[in-house]
Amino acid sequence: MAKRGKVNLARPDWCKACGICVEVCPVEVLELGPERIEIAYPDNCVGCENCELSCPDFVLKVVKENDE
Amino acid sequence: MVEDIDRYLREDKLPHIWCPGCGHGTVMASILRGFARSGIDQDKTVVISGIGCSGRASGYLDFDTLHVTHGRAITFATGVKMANPDLTVIVITGDGDGAAIGGNHLIHACRRNIDLKVILFNNNIYGMTAGQFSPMTPTGATATTAPYGNIDQNFNLCELAKSAGATFVARGAAQQPRQLIRIFKKGFAHQGLTFVEAITQCPVNYGRRNNLGGARDMLNWQKEHIINHRKYQDLPPEEKEDKLPAGILYQVEKEEYTEKYQQIITAAQESDDQ
Repeated sequence: MAKRGKVNLARPDWCKACGICVEVCPVEVLELGPERIEIAYPDNCVGCENCELSCPDFVLKVVKENDE
Repeated sequence: MVEDIDRYLREDKLPHIWCPGCGHGTVMASILRGFARSGIDQDKTVVISGIGCSGRASGYLDFDTLHVTHGRAITFATGVKMANPDLTVIVITGDGDGAAIGGNHLIHACRRNIDLKVILFNNNIYGMTAGQFSPMTPTGATATTAPYGNIDQNFNLCELAKSAGATFVARGAAQQPRQLIRIFKKGFAHQGLTFVEAITQCPVNYGRRNNLGGARDMLNWQKEHIINHRKYQDLPPEEKEDKLPAGILYQVEKEEYTEKYQQIITAAQESDDQ
């Protein structure tokens, strides 16, 4: 079992495409799509939770795979 | 893993109306995570807010909440706390609501050291009404009511709260949610007037008008200018000028207002009995 989780779009409809999560991500996981954020490279996610802590719209959650 | 905040949200009232990139959502989530870590009972906590962008917060939070008149969040909160001192009372206010129209209430709540947790969302502007300058708009910045630049000085609210008598004073920023969470956890545990200035970015009505870029640029500004208070202390004076210290800036233990009032009630009852 991985110690850390991976980022998930918990509430994609709430995203306002501000891009803050892209800025705070230390690796390359997220990309701004035409309307909202997209998890472009999920394998890169290190589970640091920066995006979940910074997202002003409660869109992103880092969850362990077995918690999904 | 960070705390899940879903149990504190009124999901039927969300998504919120704050603009894309507004820092208020980040600060609100940090409040909730700090609250979760404090171990305080959600059902014995009241959240009270006034008018403005910050004022919307109480509507999104699943506590007993009051959304009150402009600048009067602290006065309603004082009433709630005096009527039932066992409650944890959180005030969410803004730089317009808390430092302008409600500025006097802030000073006097600090003076009394009443056990309110006052969290002031400082976005340097009246955002909801499209960008009039507030007492926290920096000198020289532009606003709809200061198109050639603001000639007023802005407050240093943490210094103001401390000198007025607050017993817990802290500053954090949306750029540092982990620090905010620690501040809120400790602030909620403090007995007495707790004042937290949370600096948040307003990219739409402040940043755009002042050529500060978008939300991401404004967060980078916070990163460079809002620094840990210990590091700040060691800076030479010329480097301090455009920076602000962050963290828990001041904390002392002092008798709290509702406790002192209870002593008066007890003394009056005893004198009646004689």
